[in-house]
Amino acid sequence: MSTNSFTTRRDFLKGSAVTTGALVIGFTLPVSSRFAQAAAAATPGPAAGFAPNAFLRIAPDGQVTVICGLSEMGQGVHMGIASLVAEELDADWKSVKLEQAPVDKAYNNPLFGMQATGGSTAIRGHYEPMRKAGAAAREMLVAAAAGRWGVDAAACRTRDGRVLGPDGKSAGYGELVAAASKLPVPQNPSLKDPKDFRILGKGLTRIDTPAKVDGSAGFGIDVKVPGLLTAVMVHAPVPGATIVSVDDVAAKAIPGVRQIVRIPQGVAVLADGYWTALKGRDALVVKWDDGALGSLSSDGISKLLADATTKPGAVARNEGDVSVAVAKTIEAVYEAPYLAHACMEPMNCTAWVRAGEAEVWAPTQGPGPHQGIVAQLTGLAPEKVQVHTTYLGGGFGRRFAPDFIIAATLLAKAAGVPVKLVYTREDDMRAWFYRPASVTRFTAGLDAAGNPVSLTARVASPALSIAAGFATELPKGIDEAAVEGIADMLYAFPNLRVEYARAEPGIPPWFWRSVGHSQNVYFIEAFIDEIAAAAGKDPVEFRRSLLSKQPRLRGVLDLAAQKAGWGSPLPQGVHRGVAITTCFGSFVAQVAEVSMDANGKPRVQRIVAAVDCGRTVNPDVIHRQVEGAIVYGLSAALHEKITFRNGRVEQSNFDDYPMLRMDEMPKVEVHIVPSTEAPGGIGEPGLPPATPAVINAIFAATGKRVRTLPI
Amino acid sequence: MISLSLNGKTVQLSATPDTPLLWALRDELGYTGTKFGCGIAACGACTVHVDGKPTRACVTTLESVAGKQVTTIEAMDSNRIGQALQAAWIRNDVPQCGYCQSGQIMSAAALLARNPKPNDADIDAAMRRNLCRCGTYNRIRAAIKDAAATLAA
Repeated sequence: MSTNSFTTRRDFLKGSAVTTGALVIGFTLPVSSRFAQAAAAATPGPAAGFAPNAFLRIAPDGQVTVICGLSEMGQGVHMGIASLVAEELDADWKSVKLEQAPVDKAYNNPLFGMQATGGSTAIRGHYEPMRKAGAAAREMLVAAAAGRWGVDAAACRTRDGRVLGPDGKSAGYGELVAAASKLPVPQNPSLKDPKDFRILGKGLTRIDTPAKVDGSAGFGIDVKVPGLLTAVMVHAPVPGATIVSVDDVAAKAIPGVRQIVRIPQGVAVLADGYWTALKGRDALVVKWDDGALGSLSSDGISKLLADATTKPGAVARNEGDVSVAVAKTIEAVYEAPYLAHACMEPMNCTAWVRAGEAEVWAPTQGPGPHQGIVAQLTGLAPEKVQVHTTYLGGGFGRRFAPDFIIAATLLAKAAGVPVKLVYTREDDMRAWFYRPASVTRFTAGLDAAGNPVSLTARVASPALSIAAGFATELPKGIDEAAVEGIADMLYAFPNLRVEYARAEPGIPPWFWRSVGHSQNVYFIEAFIDEIAAAAGKDPVEFRRSLLSKQPRLRGVLDLAAQKAGWGSPLPQGVHRGVAITTCFGSFVAQVAEVSMDANGKPRVQRIVAAVDCGRTVNPDVIHRQVEGAIVYGLSAALHEKITFRNGRVEQSNFDDYPMLRMDEMPKVEVHIVPSTEAPGGIGEPGLPPATPAVINAIFAATGKRVRTLPI
Repeated sequence: MISLSLNGKTVQLSATPDTPLLWALRDELGYTGTKFGCGIAACGACTVHVDGKPTRACVTTLESVAGKQVTTIEAMDSNRIGQALQAAWIRNDVPQCGYCQSGQIMSAAALLARNPKPNDADIDAAMRRNLCRCGTYNRIRAAIKDAAATLAA
């Protein structure tokens, strides 16, 4: 676990204020243990005129630059981090710029202990540290102004990048940086009362938007390095397959093909540009030994998982006694398929391994761990590896995986020149990083009055914590990601048992937006609906009755029901379903309105979402994240499935892995519960309820339960 | 050498005639605003205009556009529709990751050029071939209507 950087900082400005003479004064907060490296990486050159720092710097002209160690993959984190700092700094928002940080311990995600973005942690982990960074700077600027004017600091206030003193005195922050730089950093700067916020909680336009509408935003695939070759690879067709032979005669004959490089992951053609590299790649003839997984099939995986749920598993939660006598028993088995992330930007990485140092440019969610991996592969010390995090064309967990970083590094090391490895869409789709398939077997019991008495869930799924390298064995046999959403559910069943039956088909599972909740909330929320129907209860009322001690979850349920007009008449053929979740520190309820077309296919007409994510940093970002998460969930529910045959992935591109398109979009409404609770995550919690809300509406429409996906 | 007009300027390209326009733009000319998504005209990320028509640059060979007018996202700030769309995209805060948005704006520009007041069905028909994995579809729809309104004003 990392610590707040405030506990590791040095005294302010040890040698950092002055770099190359006049007007190159900035100030820095807080500094890190690997200060020099951050300095080298963050400062483009003496002409930029700034000393480096961890989270912000202010130039003599008043320009405020916020430095963000988190990866911008569409979730609005640049905006979020900049606004937290700017609020407490009382910066002029229009003058705030955002700069992507290099890798440095100072930028470790406090919730991960490494520099990585995911798990809906950005605001949860940085809400206070970033505000303190801004507040400390503000106090120093005020002290500098007070000193200049010979007045008490308490007589000064700040507004829009200026310190305002008695008798109309006023100084811009830029004028004060030299004096402020000489002052000690406040150990515990006071933070604003949220009622005084001028930036947080307001719907300001995202700072990354202008570059994303004129083509100038720099993604990994856009990286230009002098002398680079583009690499396209033949990847292993089956996990663990090994190369038997390579015939590269035809590939070598293609003009523009420069090198053919073999690495354990496959064979790459390095060429002048993507098209030539692709032609060269397609001309390679590579024979593989499929290895142990060459006979893997989706049917076999389904059977393995289903069988696993028939035997006792490790106990993830056990309350009361589920063997208690009941009047009525409800049973069901649910299954969810493997899913691809299908980020719009295919995986890519540019690497350059030089004598004694290496540089990597990548759209990565894990620049910290990926720096360590590159160091290992090159035999360099981590501080000799610079990682440049570009914009990410989608992340969703996929870009925390290091496969594209590893392959690019090995290719660059072998080639001796900068190499940009680009996955084709087919390579990307078949790269063996998937949301795992999962099967859950439920049994519920009702008493004679229809009250829920017991619930048993047995989840069969591979262990993500092992696949990701976070653990080598499972504590008490439980993989948290496999059971999250069920084992930690807030429904009050007097007798409740959740078991985990580990089943490993051989395909390594990976993090996919909302992780285990993505399938488990579908399972539990669809099954809760089954119990409600068996009890003859209204789905909303039934849920409310099990949530009497869960005000926040019941609060979003009530709000979604109210905003959707739950119980009120609908147009002919339109039906409602509801689902709820709590995950990543937030609470979400959704009501789906669905009609069935003549072919029996569902048409989602509207989704009404209610969200309680604590105090809001940017309501517009919350709206968009919830909308986007709903689309991601609906797309999977309606269309997506990765299947295997003879060890190979059957899907390859967007023609056979269809995703939700514009003409299928429902209306989406997002309602935010006003709250003074600590901020919760928002990138993921909107996803899990979308599928079960639709499934439950389909039941209302047809009387049929959808227990496998896609629908 | 193949010659074409790119954003109003004549350019000469040395890439082989079978090279997709997408890679000639990106790798030879450095115009990286046009994105690679699928390579099979299934996602729309590479949408450019060829003689005004929305075209998937990933499956359009360089020789097929010789002598034609090619317009990319980089030139959208120099025409009325492009400016209106970019402003509407910013006002509606459309992009999330942003990767598909060049293609979205190019498809939207072609739509507004032939249909200044598109309804929902028109927008669906024109935009359904542009994928967005972040799920910005409703924002795109709103921004297109917003841009259409400003152009009509």
